[in-house]
Amino acid sequence: METVYLAIVLAPLLGAIVAGLFGRLIGRRGAHWVTILGVATSFVLSLYVFKYMVIDGNPAFNGSVYTWLVTDGIRMEVGFLVDRLTTLMLLVVTFVSLMVHIYTIGYMHDDPGYQRFFSYIALFTFAMLMLVMSNNFLQLFFGWEAVGLVSYLLIGFWYKKPTAIYANLKAFLVNRVGDFGFLLGIAAVVLYFNTLDYAEVFSVAPSMADATIEIIPGVQGSAMTVICILLFIGAMGKSAQVPLHVWLPDSMEGPTPISALIHAATMVTAGIFMVARMSPLFELSETALSFVLVIGSITALFMGLLGLVQNDIKRVVAYSTLSQLGYMTVALGVSAYSAGIFHLMTHAFFKALLFLAAGSVIIAMHHEQDIRKMGGLRRYLPVTYWTSLIGSLALIGFPGFAGFFSKDTIIEAVYASHIAGAGIAYVAVLIGVFVTALYSFRMFFLVFHTEERFDARTRSHLHEPPAVVTVPLILLAIPSLLAGYWIDPVVFGDYFGDAIQVAAAHDVIGHLAADYHGAWGFILHGLMAPAFWLAMAGLITAWYIYTQNRAIAGRAAERFRGLYRVLQNKYGFDRFNEVFFAGGARGTGWTLWKLGDVLIIDGLLVNGSARLVGWLSGIVRHVQSGYLYHYAFSMIIGLLLLLSWFVWFAPTQ
Amino acid sequence: MVLADFLILGAVLFGLSVAGIFINRKNVIILLMAIELMLLAVNMNFIAFSHFLGDISGQVFVFFILTVAAAESAIGLAILVVLFRNRHTINVEELDSMKG
Repeated sequence: METVYLAIVLAPLLGAIVAGLFGRLIGRRGAHWVTILGVATSFVLSLYVFKYMVIDGNPAFNGSVYTWLVTDGIRMEVGFLVDRLTTLMLLVVTFVSLMVHIYTIGYMHDDPGYQRFFSYIALFTFAMLMLVMSNNFLQLFFGWEAVGLVSYLLIGFWYKKPTAIYANLKAFLVNRVGDFGFLLGIAAVVLYFNTLDYAEVFSVAPSMADATIEIIPGVQGSAMTVICILLFIGAMGKSAQVPLHVWLPDSMEGPTPISALIHAATMVTAGIFMVARMSPLFELSETALSFVLVIGSITALFMGLLGLVQNDIKRVVAYSTLSQLGYMTVALGVSAYSAGIFHLMTHAFFKALLFLAAGSVIIAMHHEQDIRKMGGLRRYLPVTYWTSLIGSLALIGFPGFAGFFSKDTIIEAVYASHIAGAGIAYVAVLIGVFVTALYSFRMFFLVFHTEERFDARTRSHLHEPPAVVTVPLILLAIPSLLAGYWIDPVVFGDYFGDAIQVAAAHDVIGHLAADYHGAWGFILHGLMAPAFWLAMAGLITAWYIYTQNRAIAGRAAERFRGLYRVLQNKYGFDRFNEVFFAGGARGTGWTLWKLGDVLIIDGLLVNGSARLVGWLSGIVRHVQSGYLYHYAFSMIIGLLLLLSWFVWFAPTQ
Repeated sequence: MVLADFLILGAVLFGLSVAGIFINRKNVIILLMAIELMLLAVNMNFIAFSHFLGDISGQVFVFFILTVAAAESAIGLAILVVLFRNRHTINVEELDSMKG
């Protein structure tokens, strides 16, 4: 099996290398074939691993492939841990990635950087696979950084566009902040456990529950809490949680396929996956779990609200991604890891679908992204329309669709939880449901229904994009519809086995399982839950405001102008970062430049010493008269002095 | 004739040459001659010591110094010729191009 695991990881890498280095040689067709073959190999092998692991019930694989170095008893190796959690992630990553690869053929059709793009997305798949298959912290960190790097390359793919360059730099810098926390977390793990291997860390973890750490002198804190919060800071960067979320909406500057791949389905889920993977550690610290929960609920509600005022089709979807990531984080916070991972999976399908559908609309509209200039596209883009409808219904958690099962489980889990902050989180996620429905269908109605708000020239070009675009949409719509029915084994069954560990005191899923009677019973129960009615209320509100009486929206914006402006400014996070961090850094740099460089180094040390020498020699030069007899005279005087010293004062032996 | 007489003679010669270097402000040739005289004063000391200490190596040394002195004055005169060709003067007062 080891060969299979290696092949899963290396096939996309091979594709990326071939397409990247020999792109000119093999041409456009060669580039997309070689990368698609690589990712398809991974996908097929992932299916095989799924059969081997889940259907045949073989035990998890945990082994190292290559030892990089051993230092002070710490082994740094490349190794794979393939258990059921990894298997699920493998399926999601390779499937979505494969769909995106196929879709890209259509979307990037006219782009001069075609081969480069395929190389990057295959490389991204490789990085993500390394991340999810890792069996140690070092390789996890490698994958972590590699997805960060490739996302930098991809967001700035159109490198002649200033906004894209700004966005990719922003993404990179914000991720660095999170990664720094993550690195500190790994360092703390090494400090306390003296190993990088997951299995060893997890087996020792319970005995370390009471270990303390002294960060502020004199104050003892729980070491586990510190480790978990530091690791979670890494997750906040990658999974775009408040306040490190600012990079994700801006990253929409990249081409749409990568928005689907990186910023909806895979890279941003890395943080969620990591926390689920670290469940044995997080279970030991209620403080850390509460922290996770509060951050998640803030993200889930407040980022969703921002989706209401966005007019760029991709940005609306981006904010909904942020909000849904918040839901997943909330699930992690209440120890419902399996629900979080389940939502990760369903979300990966329907969010990739929504992004690709948005991309399809963008192709049809000739790269117009403003939803105020669309409308009535239903007649022109039937496939996109229906798949978007499925995606949107899945997103708002309409009963029976994939998102319903995962999101409802999370909401129920929050309700059942007693951890600090669960009360606020419950309110936040419930309001979040209403907001999600409102902005999703606001976009949906404004794009596909309502009157046409574009000119005749655009209309004459409107037609459904080619099959390479629509087929992935349809293929993604299927799991968006059906993946929810997998809830039985994944959430309430024993799917994950010991890959995810939950302390008995936090076991909300176990609590919910007592009332769980199959998927249909879950739907019936859901119809009576507040979440469903809130979603319906949001949907109907969106329908009424945006198709029947559009004036209300403008009047509401007028009426609550203060609130509207706050939302428009995205709560001022960007402004704050620009003024405080960017401005502060620039100010510090300017001060150091003026004070340290110009004044002290240039002025005092370099020019100052030169001036001192000049001044001194100006005085001394008078000694140098140029007349030979002066020199000879001084020589004689010197000789005399030396001799007299030698005769009278020299120490005698 | 005692050693001191010879040493006094050497010192007088040396003093003369030093005075020649300092007092002379006109002619570089005199400067060169004064240097030669200074070397001779040293030679005088060497020979005197050699004779009275009964050590021949002092006199051998004098031969070396005489050879070097001859070579030195040859070079010195050659430089002087070139100097005159360039500056049209051998006046010591005017040779101050080393002034800082």
